[in-house]
Amino acid sequence: MSESPLVQLAVDFGLLSLIAVGGGVMTVLPEMQRMVIDQHGWMSATTFAQLFALAQAAPGPNVLFVSLIGWQVAGLAGALVATIAMIAPSSVLTFAVASAWERFRDARWRKAIQRGLAPVTTGLMLGAAYLLTRAADHTLAAYAVTGFTAGIVVMTRLNPIWLIGFGAVLGLTGVV
Amino acid sequence: MAHPATHRPNARELFAGFLSIGIAGFGGVLPWARRMLVETRRWLTPREFTDVLGLCQFLPGPNIVNVAVAVGARFGGARGALAALAGLMVAPFAVVVALGALYTAYGHVPAVESALRGVAAAAAGLVVAMALKMMRAGVTRLGAGIVAGLAFGGIALARLPLVLVLAVLAPLSVLAVWRSVR
Repeated sequence: MSESPLVQLAVDFGLLSLIAVGGGVMTVLPEMQRMVIDQHGWMSATTFAQLFALAQAAPGPNVLFVSLIGWQVAGLAGALVATIAMIAPSSVLTFAVASAWERFRDARWRKAIQRGLAPVTTGLMLGAAYLLTRAADHTLAAYAVTGFTAGIVVMTRLNPIWLIGFGAVLGLTGVV
Repeated sequence: MAHPATHRPNARELFAGFLSIGIAGFGGVLPWARRMLVETRRWLTPREFTDVLGLCQFLPGPNIVNVAVAVGARFGGARGALAALAGLMVAPFAVVVALGALYTAYGHVPAVESALRGVAAAAAGLVVAMALKMMRAGVTRLGAGIVAGLAFGGIALARLPLVLVLAVLAPLSVLAVWRSVR
């Protein structure tokens, strides 16, 4: 297809919005990587991982990683289009369904869907972790930083922003 | 509502409230949202917040964005939803675009490049940790483990489209838990 990047961003992220199970942008990282790198060739895996890292270093919802992807692809217009495409469809759905929530909150099918989707989203999250690690880490030291960060987050309640800063220092000093 | 909230915000207050959530949260915005909605501004009771969160976690899309829409709609209809959504997104969007501009301008400076290598390694670690926590919390049965393994293999190793992975695994997994749900 020879459509403009803006149209592609709108279509791809608009669809992604409605299949973004598991609460956010994390579980759809593998799909975003597939779209952005494999399908459209918009950026390298390394750039993708670095933009993700930038988004983590910024305040606010994780979904703004999508804005950075859009920025990289088509500047400010790209950032706006990607962000709106990623949040509009799911927001319209939430708006439409919110008032009916009382009626199906305790329904069996609702609980079954929620419980059934949980292991699927866990697998998707594992996929995101695997692909992102492979994209970000090119040395043994980098893998060590990833492992160390993961260990600290699992075992302590330290604010992740410190670990991001720690990573920046290790990068600057040439350790990674 | 069994426990009416003590204050019903108008559109301007919704915008301001979610603005404070948007700029406050580093690495996870939901705890800030709870603090603002339940403790600081008292728009929702703890139970109402849990209920709204339940809806927003059930639906697709970013949870916190859904929370903004649902809370905004509850107090101010479509106008309220838009006000809350705009409040949540506007400041972090500006920050992220500024970061993107800096990245475009200085991303290839050697010092910046090295720092980003370290930050990317650490950020990947955050996602690894999230995946491990989800495994620990949710994958306690063999069936769930198999489904998680298939989802991982399909998306990360075979690099299949997400739509396909979901279309196959979601119905299977829902059917598998059907008997255990009442």
